[in-house]
Amino acid sequence: MIGFVLGANSRDWSEVASREGTQVAAGRPATAAAPIAFVNVSKRYPGRAQAAVGDLSFEVPSGEICVLIGPSGCGKTTALKMVNRLIPMTDGDITIDGRSVNAIEVSRLRRRIGYVFQQIGLFPHLTVEDNIGTVPRLLGWSKARIRERALDLLQLVGLGSEDNLRRYPGEFSGGQQQRIGVARAMAADPPIMLMDEPFGAIDPITRDRLQDDFLRLHREMRKTIIFVTHDIDEAIKMGDRIAIMREGRLVQIDTPDRLLAAPADEFVADFVGADRGLKRLQVWTLSDLDLDPLPAGADALPSAEAAMCLRDALSLMLTAGAARVAVLGQEGTAMGSVSLEAIAAMLGPEPRAPAP
Amino acid sequence: MSMLAPFGGGPSPGPVIPSFGGGSSCVVQNRQFCGAWFVDNFGSRFAPRLVEHIELTAIAVGVGMVIALAAALLAHRLGWFETPFSLLSAFLYTVPSLAFFELMVQVTGINRFTAEIALVSYTLLILFRNTLAGLRAVPPDALEAAQAMGLSRRQTLIRVELPLALPPIMAGLRIATVTTISLATVAAYIGAGGLGEPIFDGIQTGFKTEFIAAGVLAIALALAADGLLVAAQRLLTPWARRRRA
Repeated sequence: MIGFVLGANSRDWSEVASREGTQVAAGRPATAAAPIAFVNVSKRYPGRAQAAVGDLSFEVPSGEICVLIGPSGCGKTTALKMVNRLIPMTDGDITIDGRSVNAIEVSRLRRRIGYVFQQIGLFPHLTVEDNIGTVPRLLGWSKARIRERALDLLQLVGLGSEDNLRRYPGEFSGGQQQRIGVARAMAADPPIMLMDEPFGAIDPITRDRLQDDFLRLHREMRKTIIFVTHDIDEAIKMGDRIAIMREGRLVQIDTPDRLLAAPADEFVADFVGADRGLKRLQVWTLSDLDLDPLPAGADALPSAEAAMCLRDALSLMLTAGAARVAVLGQEGTAMGSVSLEAIAAMLGPEPRAPAP
Repeated sequence: MSMLAPFGGGPSPGPVIPSFGGGSSCVVQNRQFCGAWFVDNFGSRFAPRLVEHIELTAIAVGVGMVIALAAALLAHRLGWFETPFSLLSAFLYTVPSLAFFELMVQVTGINRFTAEIALVSYTLLILFRNTLAGLRAVPPDALEAAQAMGLSRRQTLIRVELPLALPPIMAGLRIATVTTISLATVAAYIGAGGLGEPIFDGIQTGFKTEFIAAGVLAIALALAADGLLVAAQRLLTPWARRRRA
């Protein structure tokens, strides 16, 4: 019955996704993605006056990362878990590619949504290959195809080796386990990923690398992602858009730059922090600025790679006592320079267009 | 039940040493252990009892495991079921074994079935407790992952919960098996066969070699069964041995 309905609907996201998933050749990144929309979504628990989530409405365009952030108990995780129906909503609707999640049989829905959470939840009794192959196996993939896919995904998350396929999760570090968790969530090429503080339990240095690697992965994969965190720096780094929640309600949803440049109210301004001006500088890199020519005596200037964010570049200049920094190209030769004033000019009251 | 009759029967005092297999001097003098007699009589007197003993134990532990697993699954889903089943199995466990056998004889008669009922009852407590503990010790994050990946309840049970509960289940099986092997010797009292038969016989006739041999065989069987279960557990839970150094 459900299969018939799905088959009859040519726009159905799960059908489209699985068809595309089938056609993706081994080793090539997948492309499936679908927009998500919250429409007046509420979650109330009996016996509690205040809704855990109240009248939540926003959209996540296809292929974007939307970060949900807010203090503990603001309802961000509840909102996330209503997408794959781990928590049933009380009111409203959530649609994926225009189709209500409540209209899709629950296990079918979940198999098309990658889920990554802080505790990772790898199955300790299964090898990495079998962990990654869990959903593909449910979908009836052949053993050979699962193995190929598992190896591809391990390579994608930086753990690619035949040996690792046969290892057990307990043989890996926390950071490596979360990489495997991400690989498992992407196993059946889901158009959507839900990530609930995925890097929250990982040490800062490893977390930074995981974030970078995940963003690189995302640029290839372009999944639609809802990402929950309580860390504003992580939100700024990961989000195409950030939704700030408070006591179950959406306070502001904007690009990181707009959020930092023009907080909607005191609460948001407080939440993003007094250093929101500096945080804005994290949004851009040196390569986003027009370079000045190298001045005379450029050898004495501090130098930085073009991919360095403006905040770090500013810090570098202040530390070196210089008013200018040389920007290095790919071969490590200076291409030009950026001045302190040019960086300060980025911090006008008007938000900039989001970095490409 | 000839073994239960007072031995002797005639007026002659002292233990009657029957002539077991020709009567070497060791047998005639009823020394502590007559190896030659044991070797001569192993095939006819002990091997069949040993096989019976293995059957008694395997059936008891097997049936006990099935019942305990079903009860533990029920208690895992319905919390209220734990207490009554625990009480029942604990009660059964405390009944003295001889009394239990004797009581059951009045219901189901003198046969192996009666013995199995009693033996199964004794396995329930440990198997139920360990299985339930194993199911409850499954990491909640693994369960959340299973749910989020769209595994059904049955798939979660078979692919995640039961495998992860295996170590405590196997630990319970080892204890249950060893105690059942020991307890099953008493089952000969109600005619269930097994190694208890030569033990009772030896005690009754006073022929030391017979009950020592049977007792040692029971101990050897318990050790062998335990070893086999350990090997099986290592085979079934390869992940438990492979940890990051």
